[in-house]
Amino acid sequence: MKTKRKLDSNTVLVFITIALFVVMYAIGCGIYQDKGFGNLQTFLNILINNAGLICVTCGMTCVMLTGGIDISVGSVIAMDCMLLVYGMTEWKMGAVQMVILILVIGLIFGAVQGFLVGYLEIQPFIVTMAGMFFARGMTAVICSGQISITEADNPTFYAWANSKINLPEFLGKANRHGKIVVPYIRPTVIIAFLVLILIFLMLKYTKFGRNLYAVGGNQMSATMMGLNVKKTKMLSHVLSSLLCSIGGILYCLNTMSGSVNQATGLEMDAIASAVIGGTLLTGGVGNVIGSFFGVMITGTITVLVNTNGKLLSSWANIATAALLCIFIILQSVFALVKARRNK
Amino acid sequence: MDENILITMRDISKSFPGVKALDHAQFTLRKGEIHALMGENGAGKSTLIKVLTGVYSLDAGEIHVAGVDGPVINHSTLEAQEKGIATVYQEVNLCPNLTVAENLFIGREPKTPIGTIDWRTMNKKAKEIVDGLELKIDVTIALENYSLAIQQMIAIARAVDMDCKVLILDEPTSSLDDNEVEKLFKVMRDLKAKGVGIIFVTHFLEQVYEVCDTITVLRNGEFAGEYSVEEMPRVKLVAAMLGKDFDDLASIKKEGASHVSDDVVVDATNLSHKGTIKPFDFQIKKGEVVGVTGLLGSGRSEMVRCIYGADKAQTGELKVNGKKLNIKEPLDAIKAGMGYLPDDRKADGCIGDLSVRENIILALQAKNGMFKKIPASKQNEIADKFIDMLQIKTASRETPINQLSGGNQQKVILARWLCTHPDFLILDEPTRGIDIGTKTEFQKLALKFAEEDGMSIVFISSEIEEMLRTCTRMYVMRDGAQVGEISGEMTQESVMAAIAGGGE
Amino acid sequence: MMENFKKLAKKPLFLPIFCMILVLLINVIKSPDFFAIKINNGVLFGRIIDILNRGSEIAILAVGQTLVVAVSAGTDISVGSVMSLSACGCCMLLAGYGNNSVSTLAVPMVVGMLFGVFMGGLSGAMNGALVAKLKIQPMVATLILFTAGRAIGLLLCNNQITYIRYEPYKYLGNFLPGCPIPTPVFVAIIVIAVVSILLKKTALGLYIQSVGINSRAARISGINSEVICFICYVICGICAGIAGIVASSRIYSADSNNIGLTFELDAILAVALGGNSLGGGKFNLAGSIIGAYTIQAITTTLLAMGVSTDKAPVFKAIIVIIIVVVQAPAFKAYMAARRAQKASVKEAA
Repeated sequence: MKTKRKLDSNTVLVFITIALFVVMYAIGCGIYQDKGFGNLQTFLNILINNAGLICVTCGMTCVMLTGGIDISVGSVIAMDCMLLVYGMTEWKMGAVQMVILILVIGLIFGAVQGFLVGYLEIQPFIVTMAGMFFARGMTAVICSGQISITEADNPTFYAWANSKINLPEFLGKANRHGKIVVPYIRPTVIIAFLVLILIFLMLKYTKFGRNLYAVGGNQMSATMMGLNVKKTKMLSHVLSSLLCSIGGILYCLNTMSGSVNQATGLEMDAIASAVIGGTLLTGGVGNVIGSFFGVMITGTITVLVNTNGKLLSSWANIATAALLCIFIILQSVFALVKARRNK
Repeated sequence: MDENILITMRDISKSFPGVKALDHAQFTLRKGEIHALMGENGAGKSTLIKVLTGVYSLDAGEIHVAGVDGPVINHSTLEAQEKGIATVYQEVNLCPNLTVAENLFIGREPKTPIGTIDWRTMNKKAKEIVDGLELKIDVTIALENYSLAIQQMIAIARAVDMDCKVLILDEPTSSLDDNEVEKLFKVMRDLKAKGVGIIFVTHFLEQVYEVCDTITVLRNGEFAGEYSVEEMPRVKLVAAMLGKDFDDLASIKKEGASHVSDDVVVDATNLSHKGTIKPFDFQIKKGEVVGVTGLLGSGRSEMVRCIYGADKAQTGELKVNGKKLNIKEPLDAIKAGMGYLPDDRKADGCIGDLSVRENIILALQAKNGMFKKIPASKQNEIADKFIDMLQIKTASRETPINQLSGGNQQKVILARWLCTHPDFLILDEPTRGIDIGTKTEFQKLALKFAEEDGMSIVFISSEIEEMLRTCTRMYVMRDGAQVGEISGEMTQESVMAAIAGGGE
Repeated sequence: MMENFKKLAKKPLFLPIFCMILVLLINVIKSPDFFAIKINNGVLFGRIIDILNRGSEIAILAVGQTLVVAVSAGTDISVGSVMSLSACGCCMLLAGYGNNSVSTLAVPMVVGMLFGVFMGGLSGAMNGALVAKLKIQPMVATLILFTAGRAIGLLLCNNQITYIRYEPYKYLGNFLPGCPIPTPVFVAIIVIAVVSILLKKTALGLYIQSVGINSRAARISGINSEVICFICYVICGICAGIAGIVASSRIYSADSNNIGLTFELDAILAVALGGNSLGGGKFNLAGSIIGAYTIQAITTTLLAMGVSTDKAPVFKAIIVIIIVVVQAPAFKAYMAARRAQKASVKEAA
């Protein structure tokens, strides 16, 4: 049997994303070598700073696969951070209890949103917009100022946040004093990667994962083929909110503070990352590997702009938006070409 | 119940607002039988199938399925599937973004011992199925990479692989080429040998004679007869589908073509639209009523859509009143004096939530341009005039059009075109799905406009009687191409022979 | 009684007016001096004036948003960012690039303001092109400017808050000399009037509804669906531009990070509260405008009750959910089924 493996346009999009990341990083290394951009640690810092976002984007990808969207994630992260910090500083709760509480809240939040989207068939944008309002408001209800957590408040949490995992020594580099600086990552990165791998496996190897794709591909067909579309949609939102809560905990470990204005616009970062990573907003196409590289691209853009020092920080937003624009148009063009070919 | 009978449907009735889709329809399917279900558009074929598969509920009647005691009512496709009734629809109901193998197995994926999807087994099994159909495709890539024909074959393979007792194929062949149709027929014959009963809905006569054993014909939602293929010559079948019995419409008599002048209004040469209609020629004179005939899917609608610019012509030349015209958008056609009453009233005609008045003045407003708004008083005047003239039954001119019955909706759309004073009006199935009285009115109106106003009219209908009464000549369409033209002394027999073509 | 109420409930403006009255009632009960209007320093003061004044931007945005929702069954989420962008564009031109506080203008004030509105229109055109021509979902297409709008605004203002300390610039967002009524009220009235006249005197309204309900049938009837869709987005952009200038004039500066923040959500909420379906099609401009002021009334009420601005979203969220759940077809079907069940139980008894 002579079947030629055709490269479909969606795979091409993911490859473009990965190639773009590599090229962007290489150029960065070339231009800003003197500023230490080429250091392994710079790369690892992108991972450390975006561990939370990686989790959130994984959840976002799952919702987007069904053709939905979840714009509540940024506010939910703010609420999580605030609750974590407030709980540990004011209520003197233990770190483990607070983490469990946050995860349970995530599940409930997702279940309510999912019920409204799946069973009451309300547009996901509207439902999660309300969720966004609600979570942001609740953040202020918990505490309207900015609070931080210190070692004295909760040593366990402080220890989690500050523990380093060193990479093998040969990756290290001698600094000016001839001392070897060993590159490190934080535990948050490990958790983010675990989430990434688990979601990747879930999407590929479980029935639920494939149902997400089927519902996004053609909801009518999925119903006809006997899938429970409503339940699938609801669970996608539960998953998204749960991953968002995990992301919120990681985010908090990074910032160690809570404030009302935290993580504003993070939902758009997550959506942009997923889209740049090849997830179609119409649903049915995408995977978390692409989304991971999407996060890395947006992260790299920020670091590049910061490293330059002279550029205004808003260039990072503009560059992300421009990339988003290019990828959306590419997707649209591919879809039009495909429609024409099938006609 | 007879041992051999798989399904009996008795006195099935089903009404939709304004239309009786099924009226005491009958259907029986036996073991190891390929049973063609035939009838023109609106005859009730798909309604009957949707009632059987649980997409619609039935108003009256009984369904019996072998192996189930008592009358059966399916509430969903899934329930029907559990009773062994699998369906393949005309529009492919698969997920294009999943791989071929997944589409074959979704909902019943093979699992590994730890409960994850066993891709290796799934792909292997899928490959066996696909090889059995002699399709040379890669089951591990997304379905959307393959043509509609292959997607259709996969849909059939999925249904076949689910161990069904009854397989319903609803116009599956419209996107298949000859070779693929042959493969499908082989599968159908294999299943027949295994005792599966197959309901085959198609409008290709050749295919019926090649593969089917029995034919049930529906007409206007009623059961017209069940025949064995051997004793049913082609022309007789067409007659059964289109109906021969005269009704009270006989009173309309054709006056001859005395009022037809020699001025050619529309002259098209070699127009075509890729994928829908092969190059064709068309000519119509002032005051003439021309028919376009052919079975459903023969390209009759596609031809007029191409002239009107609803599907932009990709080749050829169009002259209107002797002047060359390049129609890019329907608006260009309207400005050139054309009007088009589309066959799909719901999708292309009515603007659902808008009032009767707004629906009537829409095209005239578009012709005038956005900034020349028709004053409210003038709008009311126009609306009232046509409601009165066409006797549109509506509570008021401000009633939303979707609250009207089918026939009255159709009249509103007709009024939409009449108020633009077109020189050339296309009526694509104006009488489908409306009651007999309104049908007569439409035919009378078409003749009146041609005679009194010198309008040139294209009249398309699946009922030959109507066409004979209204048209002076007809273009004959078959399989997406124009195959001839008939004029002069036309009879039902001559028209049917032309439509059926080939064979006997 | 019940019958009459049901009939009333079917009227298109029932929902927005009902909500408005409800909010006002709560206010009157809570604080009887709610409707009191005082004159201080020659200008009017009072809750009602405050609602009318502060609600202007939302009302202006709601006008554009209504058209976008009607024509494309989607929402323009970039309006808040576009407000900020147009404010920055205007102030940049007035102050001259790089200056962060001026008291004399670099160009005439009208030129700067028109440039701001033009930026809004341009943004709308970009959104419109993506939606109408490339058939991209409205929310996604407008996501681009949502992300970039504020950032471009910051660039125009050289990453700082640009102050225009020029007295007449404050007129638009505050008071005209000698006039007791806040100017934004007039701006809102003018925008509403212009768009209403446009809808009344041309066939645009009919076209928008036709395209929104059934774009295929509209095309067959001779309407260019793409152009109509594009026009709606441009109008929405211009409205956002005007709202941006008003917001900027209020604080006589261009604060890119805060102007128009979360206004897109208020605008969408106003459309939904106005009884318009977010699924497109028929629309009611008056409803959206009442909806806009109702939202402002809610915000003002909450503030008066001591709920701070940052906590107010909790209530807004609950209101949104109640509105959409009550309107959801699945919910209606469930309630109808329950009612039928109850009736049959009664009959049996």
